Amino acid sequence: MTPIIRAEALQHTYSAGTPFEKVAIDQINLDIEPGQLVGIIGHTGSGKSTFIQHLNGLLKPTSGTVYFDGEDIHRSKEATRDVRFSVGLVFQYPEYQLFEETVYKDIAFGPKNMKLSEKEVDERVKEAAHFVGLSDDLMECSPLELSGGQKRRIAIAGVIAMRPKVLILDEPTAGLDPAGCRDILQNILDYKRETESTVLLVTHSMDDAARLADRLIVFHSGHIAFDGTPPEVFSHTLELLEIGLDVPQAARIAEALRERGVKLPESIYTADQLRDAVLDAWKGAGAC
Amino acid sequence: MLKDITLGQFFPGDSITHRLDARCKLIIVVLYIAALFTANGYISYALVIAVTALMIAVSHIPLKSLVRGLKPVMVIIIITAILNLFFTTGTPLVKLGPLTLTKEGVVRAVFMVLRITLLIMGTFLLTYTTSPMALTDGMEQLFNPLKKIKVPVHEMSMMMSMALRFIPTLIEETDKIMSAQKARGADFETGNIFQRAKALLPLLVPLFVSAFRRADELATAMESRCYHGGEGRTRMKQLVWAARDTIALLLFVVFLAAVIALRHFGL
Repeated sequence: MTPIIRAEALQHTYSAGTPFEKVAIDQINLDIEPGQLVGIIGHTGSGKSTFIQHLNGLLKPTSGTVYFDGEDIHRSKEATRDVRFSVGLVFQYPEYQLFEETVYKDIAFGPKNMKLSEKEVDERVKEAAHFVGLSDDLMECSPLELSGGQKRRIAIAGVIAMRPKVLILDEPTAGLDPAGCRDILQNILDYKRETESTVLLVTHSMDDAARLADRLIVFHSGHIAFDGTPPEVFSHTLELLEIGLDVPQAARIAEALRERGVKLPESIYTADQLRDAVLDAWKGAGAC
Repeated sequence: MLKDITLGQFFPGDSITHRLDARCKLIIVVLYIAALFTANGYISYALVIAVTALMIAVSHIPLKSLVRGLKPVMVIIIITAILNLFFTTGTPLVKLGPLTLTKEGVVRAVFMVLRITLLIMGTFLLTYTTSPMALTDGMEQLFNPLKKIKVPVHEMSMMMSMALRFIPTLIEETDKIMSAQKARGADFETGNIFQRAKALLPLLVPLFVSAFRRADELATAMESRCYHGGEGRTRMKQLVWAARDTIALLLFVVFLAAVIALRHFGL
């Protein structure tokens, strides 16, 4: 299977040739298979935001190439513009980009730029609104009058309405209350399941990453530090802590128990796994 | 493309120019501009250029950054050059249809271009080497006597420092919103002037909304820290007038005097 996105020797330097020169990402090689939910982790300044902006051609690599569906996204100006419809990018705090008079018009902005027919636009707006759980009576409201959580949904719907094959979300839950976070993540999961699209989720929450992702990519100072399934990545608990990242609470508790001499298997990162492992260990100890 | 705007950008450093008192630098810029507009002969221009080169050299500001600052005013410079080239009366050199290129025109065009370029470089040198805080503090203190005739000097300098402070923030914000709209297929680069103006709407609306939100938040933050204007306000960083400031100032007084003298002798 051709990877849906491939990055080859990707490098990006900001303000090249000035005293503020900074290499944001360096020699990134990466394949992303279609249909996966990929979690991207890394602390602020690790290069993850720079990286995702390369995937839809917003940033042009200083060197290296990005392929979408096997083709270089910078082969022509039109191709770069078209790839933005296939690789939908939801920025951090996307509610600040709303501008239209009504919710409906704002969601329709992307599809309209794709030069779709009125009917097709209407269909997509309704579909996208449904995916993020916006009710029909909100469609004629001004987006600026709604609550923060609802604004966030509208902004996400604005990208989903383009029906991208790859959906990239940069911390979609930042600054929302726990219920809002859960809802939005569930919406994203539903969207992915129903449309069979690929989702890249940038997150700071290790628990969300552990729970949702098929694959985790850890960025550290412009490089990929770890890349693998959640069990593989979270088996490096100590290294992750060392580069200033968190690990899921369950992994941290497991590590603390191991330090105190409790024998637990490797790669525990969800509460359920921890419970089972602790029960097993307890039973084992009781038998002696 | 927005990153090209270098207006008011401060380059931190530790050169002599950086260490001079902001008030001293402000007065020097006034003297420098006066000298620039007094100069009207080859020798006086050479002197002004030499002094500018010296100023740039001691400030350790790369010439490249100064030249980049000229970009936004390039159009004005070019128009000035063309107007002076063709609309100065004198000995004709070449005739291009209805336009006549005169010898005096060439000389004047060169002088005018030099004048604008040097003016911008000189003033940019001030903002490049002085932090916005020091700059507005310096202005406030220089204009302090005006308080006697009820000019709101403090308020004006406070507004100026806030405006300067928010230029980079707004540029960053504009960049962000632009990227977000581009990700939804917005096109800011092609089309005729009307299409482009219309394409700016998705950028301007969110930008205004966030600018007003920011202004509101800033006002609340200031009020909750009991800000109530300049009355009895002290400073964390006091401006200190040192011996080097007096020396620098005297040097520029001599420089201005020299240019005036040169003009008097028609050089």
